[in-house]
Amino acid sequence: MTAEGKGVVGVLFSSLAEKLQNTLRKLKGKGKLTEADVNEALREIRLALLEADVNFKVVKDFLGRVKERAVGLEVQQSLTPGQQVVKIVYEELTALMGGGENKIKWTGQPPTVIMLVGLQGAGKTTTAAKVALYCQKQGRRPLLVAADVYRPAAVRQLQVLGEQLKLPVFSPEKEENPVGIVRLALDEARRLGHDPVIVDTAGRLHINEEMMSELGAMKEAARPHEILLVLDAMTGQDAVRVAEAFHRELGLTGVILTKLDGDTRGGAALSVRAVTGCPIKFIGVGERPEALEAFHPDRIASRILGMGDVQTIIEKAQAAIDREEALELQRKLRQQDFTLEDFLRQLKQVQKVGPLEEILGLLPGVGPWKQLKGVQVDPKELVHIEAIIQSMTPEERRNPGIINASRKRRIAAGSGTKVQDVNRLLRQFEEARRLMQHLGDLAGGKKGKIKVKFPPG
Amino acid sequence: MNLLKKLKQSLTKTRENLAGRLENLFAGKRGLDEEFFEELEEILLTADVGVATTLELVEGLRQRARKENIGDPASLSSLLQEEVVKLMEHEAAGLQLAPSPPTVILVVGVNGTGKTTTTGKLAYRFRQKGSRVILAAADTFRAAAAEQLAVWARRAGAELISHQPGADPGAVVFDALQAARSRRADVVLVDTAGRLQTKTNLMEELKKIRRVIGREHAGAPHEVLLVLDATTGQNALSQARLFHDAVEVTGIVLTKLDGTAKGGVVLAIAHELKIPVKLVGLGEGVEDLEEFRPREFALALFGG
Repeated sequence: MTAEGKGVVGVLFSSLAEKLQNTLRKLKGKGKLTEADVNEALREIRLALLEADVNFKVVKDFLGRVKERAVGLEVQQSLTPGQQVVKIVYEELTALMGGGENKIKWTGQPPTVIMLVGLQGAGKTTTAAKVALYCQKQGRRPLLVAADVYRPAAVRQLQVLGEQLKLPVFSPEKEENPVGIVRLALDEARRLGHDPVIVDTAGRLHINEEMMSELGAMKEAARPHEILLVLDAMTGQDAVRVAEAFHRELGLTGVILTKLDGDTRGGAALSVRAVTGCPIKFIGVGERPEALEAFHPDRIASRILGMGDVQTIIEKAQAAIDREEALELQRKLRQQDFTLEDFLRQLKQVQKVGPLEEILGLLPGVGPWKQLKGVQVDPKELVHIEAIIQSMTPEERRNPGIINASRKRRIAAGSGTKVQDVNRLLRQFEEARRLMQHLGDLAGGKKGKIKVKFPPG
Repeated sequence: MNLLKKLKQSLTKTRENLAGRLENLFAGKRGLDEEFFEELEEILLTADVGVATTLELVEGLRQRARKENIGDPASLSSLLQEEVVKLMEHEAAGLQLAPSPPTVILVVGVNGTGKTTTTGKLAYRFRQKGSRVILAAADTFRAAAAEQLAVWARRAGAELISHQPGADPGAVVFDALQAARSRRADVVLVDTAGRLQTKTNLMEELKKIRRVIGREHAGAPHEVLLVLDATTGQNALSQARLFHDAVEVTGIVLTKLDGTAKGGVVLAIAHELKIPVKLVGLGEGVEDLEEFRPREFALALFGG
């Protein structure tokens, strides 16, 4: 298993967020806004959005709406004009991405059929397995259907993923027509009581008419309740045209954005919903099979504006850590007594919750903490880290300051590592602790700050 | 079929959007006013050329128009093409071969850009020239990646070196180079696992693969090809930059150019990073890989 390097939402939209924050910070302090101020801000927002691959037309419309509202702005007592512009941009961004959360629509007469479609290399096969796992965790009995008969070894890929995750995969040897495969799969699902049926289709170009009409025939046969477009989040200006073409042919019910764990600015997310009206239902945030999340437009919008994503972090924590532990961690964050033992527990949760930095990235005010590389942990390395920490005395774990050179040598010998490894671990811990303290300042005590806190610097 | 024709054919839909729009713009009757340049800017931006490169291209044209007293849009058309060609043209755009075989080519990129397909097509290309080709299945991570490459090896008539899933990719590469030596292969193509450029651990693994190659065969790899999906937007710049930092990319393969994709982002890459595009992928067939020629690309994309 590979380590998930960068955090999820920690990086998601981060460049875009930074740019917008810089622009909007200038406005925030202002008591009065001139039209020149607004225009200047809008120009910078335009460039930031374009560089983030937001569709050109979407940018135009977006800025038009913001400006219309900003110029006719009535001065409110509670907010400065700058804050009001921030509010408008936030509201428009949220609206652009489509309001509330969007879940899978389950049919009253199972099985619910979910069809995944998209261009080559968008990540359909990987995503199919992720969706199946997601459904299984909700107590359902998914059936994966390998209907990509074109790409070499695509069926095999899905079979292997099924074996790894202990999920059934339907791939009839004698049937080579995707439409026939889907028919047989539905019979099988009804017979064995599977729900949902998740159909992985071959990647195809939206301008390839023959291949597109094959999807039409599959739709006819499968009568899917969900047809989800799997779209690479790094797609450029064409994202909108791709989505439109698939939507026209099939009537999409939603979009899954993949590869959002890189440093893509995710402009495709902003554009696709705006132009096609199709909600983004899930985002793919890593190569792990669990790395699939529901998409929350309002939270992403506040993330872009640096308001943090407190709600997501709470939900994430609840999914994997039990409540008490969460409360304990919260208490420790406040009191700032984060020990090496907590650090180890935190690292162990990496597999369950996702990397530490991913969690940290969700909190407000962490934007400037970019030098997180030291906190990044390879699961293989975790074994060593655990050994090192367990070779320490309880006193040393609570108070690492006392670990001098001779103690380091003892710990290294005891854990079968080198002194350099011990040093590295202590450095990583120090960095994590500094971050925790920074967060503690934000999360504890100073209430009300969270909402308006912009990262310093 | 020559590349220009093929490109044009596969880019017909794009031309309706890009070259077509440019044609309309340049054929327009109105003079070179602010609106003209704004529209030009818009067209380039929608082709993924990127903000910085677009602004520079447009500003350059604006100044030349002023300096050379050009008043009608039509004459600007060839100037634009010229600028684009200038951006794209680099020396030694062809693939570098080893002075003493085997030539080792390392294929890298983010997930889903078409590394395995490109490796397969490359193998076919070398086989057509009579070379003895070994494919190294160094993507031991993605499920069934080695099987996918095995299909391509059969299609191309190349030999395949692969290990168990999850094996150390460095070991696969080591074995492939040993095999190349004993079987006197001319070319070794190394297919690696897709990885997002920001994942430090995975980039370290890639560096290690490169080190193994260099240790086993001095001067290798002779090419490090970054496979780039032509539908990618501005993130392609980050991909090029970070992969280059890690393993010194020597050239780019632009894939899926048969879509409506325009690959305008390669202009931005050429402009900011000076990494040459060496090959373009134009379809799923074994022969759908062509050498990149900047002039033809510029003509196919930007009218003419």
